[in-house]
Amino acid sequence: MMRLPHFRYRAPASIEEAARILADEGSQAMLVAGGTDLVPNMKRRHQEPTTLVSVRRIDALKKVANGAGLTLGAGLTLSEVVGTGAVREHYQGLWEAASQVATPQLRNMGTLGGNVCLDTRCTYYNQNYEWRKAIDFCMKKDGETCWVATASKRCVAVSSTDTAPALIALGAKARLVSASGEREVALADLYNNDGIEYLTRRPDEILTEIVLPPAAGWRSAYWKLRRRGAFDFPVLGVAAAVRAAPDGTVEDARIVLGAVASRPVVTRAGELLSGRKLTDEAIAEVAAKVATRAKPLDNTDLEIYWRKEVVPAFVGYALRQIRGDDMRATRLRIARQSLG
Amino acid sequence: MSARTRFNVIGKPRRRVDGRAKVTGQTRFADDIKLPRMLHCKILRSPLPHARIESIDVARAEAHPGVHLVLTGKDFPVTYGMMPVSQDEYPLAPERVRYVGDPVAAVIARDEQTAAQALDLIDVRYQPLKTIATIEEALATPEPRIHDYGERGNIHRNQSYEFGDVEEALAHADHVFEDVFFFEGNTHLPIEQHAAVATVDADGKLTLWSSTQVPHYLHRALSRALQFPAAHIRVIACPNGGGFGGKCDLHNHEIVVSRAALRLGRPVKICLSREEVFYMHRGRHPVLMKMRTGVTRDGRLTGMSVQTLLDGGGYGGYGAASTFYTGVLQPVTYELPRYRFDAARVFTNKPACGPKRGHGTPQPRFGQEVQLDKIAERLGMDPAELRLNIVAKPNSLTANWLRIGSIGLAECIHKVVDASGWKDKHRKLPEGRGIGIACAAYLSGAGVSIYWNKMPHSGVQLLLDRSGQVTVFCGATEIGQGSDDVLAAIVAEVLGIDAFDVRCVTGDTGITPVDLGSYSSRVTVMMGNAAIQAAERVRELIADAAADELDVLPERVVFARGQVFASEDPSKTMSFREAVAFAETKYGTLGSVGSYSPPKAPGRYKGAGVGPSPAYSYTACVVEVDVDPITGWITVPKVWVAHDIGRTINPVLARGQVEGSIYMGLGEALMEEQVFRRLPPKLSNALVHKIPSLLEYKSLTSLDMPEVETILVEDPDPNCPFGAKEVGQGPLLPVMPAVANAVFDAVGVRIDEVPITPDKILAALAKKAKGEVARVGPDRFPDVPYPEPIFVLPPSEGGDGNATKAPHRDEPARHKEAAAS
Repeated sequence: MMRLPHFRYRAPASIEEAARILADEGSQAMLVAGGTDLVPNMKRRHQEPTTLVSVRRIDALKKVANGAGLTLGAGLTLSEVVGTGAVREHYQGLWEAASQVATPQLRNMGTLGGNVCLDTRCTYYNQNYEWRKAIDFCMKKDGETCWVATASKRCVAVSSTDTAPALIALGAKARLVSASGEREVALADLYNNDGIEYLTRRPDEILTEIVLPPAAGWRSAYWKLRRRGAFDFPVLGVAAAVRAAPDGTVEDARIVLGAVASRPVVTRAGELLSGRKLTDEAIAEVAAKVATRAKPLDNTDLEIYWRKEVVPAFVGYALRQIRGDDMRATRLRIARQSLG
Repeated sequence: MSARTRFNVIGKPRRRVDGRAKVTGQTRFADDIKLPRMLHCKILRSPLPHARIESIDVARAEAHPGVHLVLTGKDFPVTYGMMPVSQDEYPLAPERVRYVGDPVAAVIARDEQTAAQALDLIDVRYQPLKTIATIEEALATPEPRIHDYGERGNIHRNQSYEFGDVEEALAHADHVFEDVFFFEGNTHLPIEQHAAVATVDADGKLTLWSSTQVPHYLHRALSRALQFPAAHIRVIACPNGGGFGGKCDLHNHEIVVSRAALRLGRPVKICLSREEVFYMHRGRHPVLMKMRTGVTRDGRLTGMSVQTLLDGGGYGGYGAASTFYTGVLQPVTYELPRYRFDAARVFTNKPACGPKRGHGTPQPRFGQEVQLDKIAERLGMDPAELRLNIVAKPNSLTANWLRIGSIGLAECIHKVVDASGWKDKHRKLPEGRGIGIACAAYLSGAGVSIYWNKMPHSGVQLLLDRSGQVTVFCGATEIGQGSDDVLAAIVAEVLGIDAFDVRCVTGDTGITPVDLGSYSSRVTVMMGNAAIQAAERVRELIADAAADELDVLPERVVFARGQVFASEDPSKTMSFREAVAFAETKYGTLGSVGSYSPPKAPGRYKGAGVGPSPAYSYTACVVEVDVDPITGWITVPKVWVAHDIGRTINPVLARGQVEGSIYMGLGEALMEEQVFRRLPPKLSNALVHKIPSLLEYKSLTSLDMPEVETILVEDPDPNCPFGAKEVGQGPLLPVMPAVANAVFDAVGVRIDEVPITPDKILAALAKKAKGEVARVGPDRFPDVPYPEPIFVLPPSEGGDGNATKAPHRDEPARHKEAAAS
């Protein structure tokens, strides 16, 4: 089997201690929580940190706090997020996204923070060292060329997180803590459209919390396209959140697309939908416009033109679910499970 | 025995005899073996798809702390291969690499990590060569040749057979259907990665434990590859965590660790990574095929011509057999008076293809079953009825001289038609919902060994003693399919004891009689017949001794439920243990042997050895699909399958084999593909496996698996033990075409290739909307220089099974027609 490279392992008990270690060790240290993304990547020599700083023992990262909205510790496992009543009740889109990450076993290990910070993915990159050597490596690691788009100056690896589009659609913020202080950013601003520098997080910063605003008046949904009912990363994620007046007139709306760029793509759904009702015509029109923002490339599973073609259908599923249509049969066909 | 209809063990659903070990984690797979002083091996593989090796410098690796030995091609002077005609591989390439992953050097070190580090210290200089990625490129690129042997250029095998004048049959048909199909390659995907441990015993002999399906063939080929006497080699087949044909070859790593153990005098182990298993491959050949079929207006076949083109990858392997299998079994399913097949296999710079569940037959089966659906559509017939009308006849000879015995296909069709509600659904479901049917036949064991000999195909030995214990020895190999359970059940049935009272010692060339291995669905039939013979022989001794004590005639002694008693007077009884003790007293130490050789095949032409089998199994399958016309998204809510198994030994295992076949078949139908990627040629010479990982090579998860309704049809075959035919491979065959036919029923488009993916369905729907031919599939079949066919008259036309002179024909005109098509 493939073996891990040697590394030092630190397991601090507090956020402060973890931040101090990161500050001391510099960029050669990496945080690890569930390890479901990082450990296989290390076996394939994608990341070769000399020190791993585990945050699993830090209770402060596992908090769930109800207040004006909902604060979720970044160290909560995805299973814990799915099992959090407030998520299920008020933040349906996040619940649906977290429920569909990988497999039950991986959700028991993988964390919310880990999924938000998930390394970007590419079929030229997520291969072992020997395979990458056979293509003379790629821009993202050990090489120079982007084999997906050879003229590209930047890496086009794909943002493959399910929870981030859902969280952004819900207006989430991220809290980042370092030895030198802390800051809160809109979650959308945590990302760059760059497959290598895909996070704006500094290496010495720890993502400690996801802060969700009050959900009053909002309804949300997440639809994931992947080949199979389990394991697979998204090749398209559609997260939608809509706030509507009692008569159904949309007051505000957000649609965020996942897995179609190196970061979650925030669309102009708010402008397009505000003041209208979610009629079939409005949904079709918005879906078509939103879909133009999806620019899939040939570096994931499934055929690229088809992936682009089906974006409107998936936007439609999400908006129709929010409108209150019975989408259970469609969900069963697409997700291969009923999702509760 | 076969006439018996009441059984105590056979046909009863039972926990498999090795079930406890499996669920408690005690089954010892090859990678579980740990020996004192054991070293670990890693193999350096070529990063280039096709190159000459200019030099290999191992000095730095040898100097690395913890490294015990570095091997290169120089340490392996001879080529190897399982088939006598395919001796084209080196354990480590001495001067030429032919695909990314071809082994070039090996490091044996104190642990895996150290060995892996040392691989990076080996300096290999390569001179890249032109690469070949596809069938078309291989045909168009005679030079450089990937191998110096073969038919010509990069054509490895090229053959043609004609049974009766097919052109005449087509000319007299009411309709001739011509279709081109493509079946993408896919791999076995066993959960257990290949592993092997070699050690030199105290007496200097070599023992190799390996996850192999074929310890006997491995034993033979390993002896040749190492130039080491077979009598000094013992191969132990560990239980396999799935084989599916992928562990049938002699693999380079098995030879490497054997050589290393002999050199070092210490145990050496290797366990392949998942990527390496994808490179080892030997899986389903990508096959391009053309089928021309003549039919009468009432749907009877007058003749068929099948042309196949196989993408073989970088080595021969079992490819010569695979090439035959894309043709030979076509006539076994339906009545077909005349038949021609032309088959060619090309070399490409990719991992070698070989046998995967169904070996060479799923591809043409897909083509024929989809074509039959088109024929039914055109003739306005129900596709199930059309098939029922043309089911091959029992106890008959096919056009290519294969002897069919029992055939339960008609009943299979009736069963799936009834169970699925076919008549209320076909052409009657709402748009987007569809149902499709397909059938198939498969071997119950290849009638001829892969090397020529007249010895038994399976041997079984029994050892009994006064304790009442029964130990059965057989070279057959447990690969998860339940061969140990079949062996124990058959012995137990004959001796009237419980299957759990039989101890199985199997798959060990040092202590078990030869069995050719777990391939071609041969184990139940061949091992089973040998086991019956061995058990009946020893039962005769026991019955004789017991008869003395019970004061009855030996023929009146009955063995059942652990008792040995008089048939007319069950009060005259004793335990099995007592009876064995009496027999040991009377005859001395008790043992017996049994063996089995398949019946001689009727065909006498060159090549007639591929295709014959003691019996053929039959399957009918109905698949229902749901297709979204907007996205092309496809789901399979339910599958019905009826399999003519002859007789069921253990229904739990038989159903497991059927369900596993459906699972694998749906994977091939919907998503699995072993595909490769070239980088832009101006920038790179790379040609790599696109997705060598369990995550990105897509096979169904449990959530993608539909409900399966399995029906076992029992039509006992006189050639088989208690009438039992195969069940491990046949049920896979109809799944892929049934899916394709269901998609047509759902949305009216033809996907003439697998996998059938949503993007292809949407592309076909777009063509349909534009009024074009609503089809996705290969557009043309290349011009292939097939040889003049070996002509054999079919049995129905008075032939004697020998090749004969072809009838006079206007050859040039025919060639022109072929070129134009």
